[in-house]
This record gives sequence, C-alpha cells and structure tokens, in this order.
Amino acid sequence: MTVAGATRFVVPESHRVTARRRLAALVMGVLLGAATLLAASLLVVIIGYVVVRGLPALNLAFFTDRPRPFGVEGGGVAPAILGSLEMGAIAALIAVPIGLGAAIFASEYRAGRWAGAVRFCAELIAGLPSVAVGVFVWAFLVRSVIGSYAGVAGALALAVIMIPIVARTVEEVLRLVPSGLREAGLALGAPRWRVILMIVLPTARAGIVTAVVLAVARAAGETAPLMLTALGNVFFNFDPLRPMAALPLQIYQYAVSPYDDWHAKAWGSSLVLVAAIAVLAVSLRLVTRSRSR
Amino acid sequence: MTSRADRVFAWSVGALALLVPLTLLGIALLLLVDAWPSVARYGLSFLVTTEWDPVKLVFGAGGYVFGTLVTTAIAILLAAPVAIGASVFLVEYAPRLVRGPLAFLIEVLAYIPSIVYGLWGFFVLVPFMRTTVEPALQGTLGGVPLLGALFSGPVVGLDLLTGGLVLAIMILPIILAIAREVVSAVPSAQREGMLALGATRWETVSRAVLPYARAGIVGAAVLGVARAFGETMAVTMVVGNSSTDISPSLFTPGYTLASAIANQFTEADSELYFSAIVEIALVLLLVAIVVNAAARVLIRRTGAAREGMIL
Repeated sequence: MTVAGATRFVVPESHRVTARRRLAALVMGVLLGAATLLAASLLVVIIGYVVVRGLPALNLAFFTDRPRPFGVEGGGVAPAILGSLEMGAIAALIAVPIGLGAAIFASEYRAGRWAGAVRFCAELIAGLPSVAVGVFVWAFLVRSVIGSYAGVAGALALAVIMIPIVARTVEEVLRLVPSGLREAGLALGAPRWRVILMIVLPTARAGIVTAVVLAVARAAGETAPLMLTALGNVFFNFDPLRPMAALPLQIYQYAVSPYDDWHAKAWGSSLVLVAAIAVLAVSLRLVTRSRSR
Repeated sequence: MTSRADRVFAWSVGALALLVPLTLLGIALLLLVDAWPSVARYGLSFLVTTEWDPVKLVFGAGGYVFGTLVTTAIAILLAAPVAIGASVFLVEYAPRLVRGPLAFLIEVLAYIPSIVYGLWGFFVLVPFMRTTVEPALQGTLGGVPLLGALFSGPVVGLDLLTGGLVLAIMILPIILAIAREVVSAVPSAQREGMLALGATRWETVSRAVLPYARAGIVGAAVLGVARAFGETMAVTMVVGNSSTDISPSLFTPGYTLASAIANQFTEADSELYFSAIVEIALVLLLVAIVVNAAARVLIRRTGAAREGMIL
C-alpha cells in the first residue's frame, strides 16, 4: 500500500521478518506452551491420584476412630488429626508472637539494616532442610529437657518452620495497610504503639489470621522433623509431654506398611491434608487480593 | 509518658524480632556442638570416604553426598527448563484471562506436603519406572558406550533416577513461582523497544527479557537446588536406601544425606554414630544457608516484587 508522494520506507534486508524468524518464533512459542501444559498436568495427575484413591477411604470412623492393629477391620486416623491440630496450635502459640514481632519490626519501624537482617534470617530459616530442624529440636528438648519423644517437641519444630512464614507473610499484609491510616492516627496525637496495635493490626486482621492459619497448614504437612520429635502414636494422647500422632507421620507409617487397607488410609489422610492446605491457600489469596486492589 | 510507652513497645517488638536470628544461630551452634566428635575425628574426609559401618564405628558420608548430588542434579536438569519455560509462557504469551488462575494452580503444587509427593512417588511413579520407563531406557540407551553405564544393572524402580524425578516434580513449582515474579518484574519498555524494532515475540523474549532477568532466573533455579538438596521424605520413600556404593548407574538404590538421617537417626546407639548423623544435618544446614543466601541476592538484584512469598 503506497500513498502518492510519500517516501517509500524500505525495510533493510537484515531486518525483514523472514519465514525462518517466524518459524523460530512459532516453534519456541509452542515449546513454552508445552512446558506450561506439562507443569499444569503434573498438578492434575497428583491431585487426581490423591482424590481418586483417597475418597474411598473416607468414612465416619476414619475421622473418629483410632488406628486398629492389622487384621482388625475399620479404625481411623483421629489421633493423627487431633495430634496435628494440637501440635499446630502449640506451634502457633510459639511462632505467632515471634513472627508478628518480626513483621511489625520490619514493616512499621523500617529500622533499615536491622529490619533487613531479620528478614534475611527469616528467609534462611525458611530455606533450612526441615530434617535439620528436627535434629536441632531433638538435641535441644527431647534428649535431656523432656527426656522422651513428645508432642511439644514436635510443636517446637513446627514453630521454627512457621516463624519465617508468619513473619514474611504478615509483613506483606501490613504493608498493604494504607499509610494514610497511620498518619491519621499519629496526627490525632496517638502514640505509635497505639497506632500499631489499634489501627494497623485490626485493619490487617483478616490477612494476619489467614497468614497464621496458612503457616499452621504448611507446617502441618511436615513429616521429617516430627519423626525425630513427636514420633507418632496409635492411641489418643493429648499430653504434650508424651509421643503424639500426626497426619504426615500416619501417612508415612501406613505407606511403608505392606497392607492394602493401610495404603488406602494413607491416601485418605493425604486427601484430608491436601484439602485443608488448598482451602487455606485459596482463602489467603482472596484476602490479600481484595486488600491490594 | 507516651514516649516511654513507645520505647517499651518498640523494644519488645525488637526483642521478638531478634529471636529470629537467634533461632538460626542456636540451630547452627547446637548442631555444631553435637557433631563435634565426628568433625574432630574425620575432618573433611567425612565427606569423601564411603565406608559407613556403625558396627565397626567407621563413618564416611561420601556415598550419601554422592546420592544427594546425583538426585539434585537430575532434579534441576529436568525441572529448571520446564519451570523457566512455563514462567516465560505465563508472563509473555498466555492470555490475561488464564494467566492468573493457571499460575495460581501451579503454585498450589508448591504447597503440597512432601510426604504426599513421597506417597504418590512410592505407589504410582515407582511401579511406572520399574515396568515402563527404566526398561525402555535400558533397551534404547543401555547399549550406547559410556552413556549406557548410566542405565545398567537390575531395574527396581526404587533408585537415584526415581528420587531425582520426584525431586524435579517437587521443585518445579518453586522455581516456576519465583521465575514468574522475576520475569514479570522486567520493565515493559524493555519489551516495547524490541518489538518497535520489528522483532518477533520470541526474539523479544530471548534478547530483551531473558538477559534482563538472567540473575533472578538463576536465583530461582539455585533456590530449587537448595530445596532439592535438603528434601527428606519424598526422596526417602523412593530412592532405595540400600547402597552407599558410588556407581555410575542411575538405577542404583542409593541414599541421600537427608534420607540417611531419616532412616538412621533413631538407630544411633553410640555417641560417635549419633555425632556422625548430626554432622550430616550440619552439612545440610551449612549448604542450605550458603545456597539460599546466594539465591536471595541474585533474585533481589532483579528487583522481583514478591519477596514476601515464602516457598
């Protein structure tokens, strides 16, 4: 298409979009799309197996009964569910104040270097192999202070894993609180601690709660540290100073057993664990998104 | 009055925050103390000698180091190209409508507990490897000189190759999530300039976007390596845990550092045995700290936005 009188603009040979360049673009686009499809299909396959093999194992007894010895029909994983909840709760009691403190320190005080150092250490703890955390808690608590495997030791190991998750997620949530709110509080003469406790934290409440619950859920999926600390238990036990059952431990013990019924229960327990974590992950996303928009 | 209350509050928040570095320090120190008998006795040879005999009280973790390096290498070689490719696709190619949900779905994979990957690997992947993949590999590549040695020996399914594969699946969403952040953080002027010059989409990606994001993408992959290195349960369930021999075959039912801890921790009946196992934990800890620190520095250099996400 040429306009009379206009100078013809000639694309130099080296800049032409040749068939070869077009083909390279097409091939690479298809390859990248295939990589995405592969990643997504892994999710479908793994979640699919967990749902299909896990669902048949779920019934009332699964949630209310304790594990039966092999050969006895029925039974469930209630001690493991309760143990995971109890250890998660104790872990939260330890991890939330520390994580919240670190988050407020990093977000509200912006103490420069110090805030950066705390954040960096949190990231390093998050990157520690969880089995090393288990060895640490064993040496710290199980060996001498308590003298036996115990639920509270498991809880401490989970707390170490939760602290960086709480600290970093809450810091992010606190940053979403509009600075106008803080300034308004300060302008009214409120001291900083009141602004933080009565304006910033309540504003971010939904996000903080979800972050904490998500941290519990993430920690609840940990197995290796619990093997070295809580050990597991086939009986109901609420005493944190004695060995305690947990869902991931139950999954492991059932999985490596030679019995089909126990394999089915391992899949069922996995389904319960994954479902709980997925629900919490989705709700965290919804909360942080509605706040940021 | 208020200034004093303010100071008290600030100090208590600071004290709580201080517990974070103290925890890290405490873990490192306690492990060092408990590992000391083994560290003092074996020195660096602990990492290279392969004889691990609790009965004779001889401990060399070389076989475990080898298993960890092999599985980690398999994992990163398989996972990194797929994860980086998918992250580029999600940011540069995918329609806006599917981009968010698809990225989120894949990131959900990162939340799945490792024991579930282990369960899936044990009951689904291992039989599949034993009956289908490994015989096929042996049949096609087994005869090739040199390369064939990788696929020699009996086919069991519980081996280093399967361990590496499960690790690859586990670290894929982690690399993907971070690489996606890094690629999103590339300024759009970078792309627009290239497109205005008449470049195709792939040329824009390969010459304007990827070079800009290189440090961060490498950081994402390094973070994946760190995760694979210390991962315990999923690997323990599929890696075999029976041979500490250093053999070229990927079909060796090997051991990794982390699976050695998981399998033997409760069996350690002498001080030196226990100390040797704690030294393995110490090695994992030190490697994790160094590798994670390097990865964070690389990722931060590209100015990726979401530092708050802990994966």
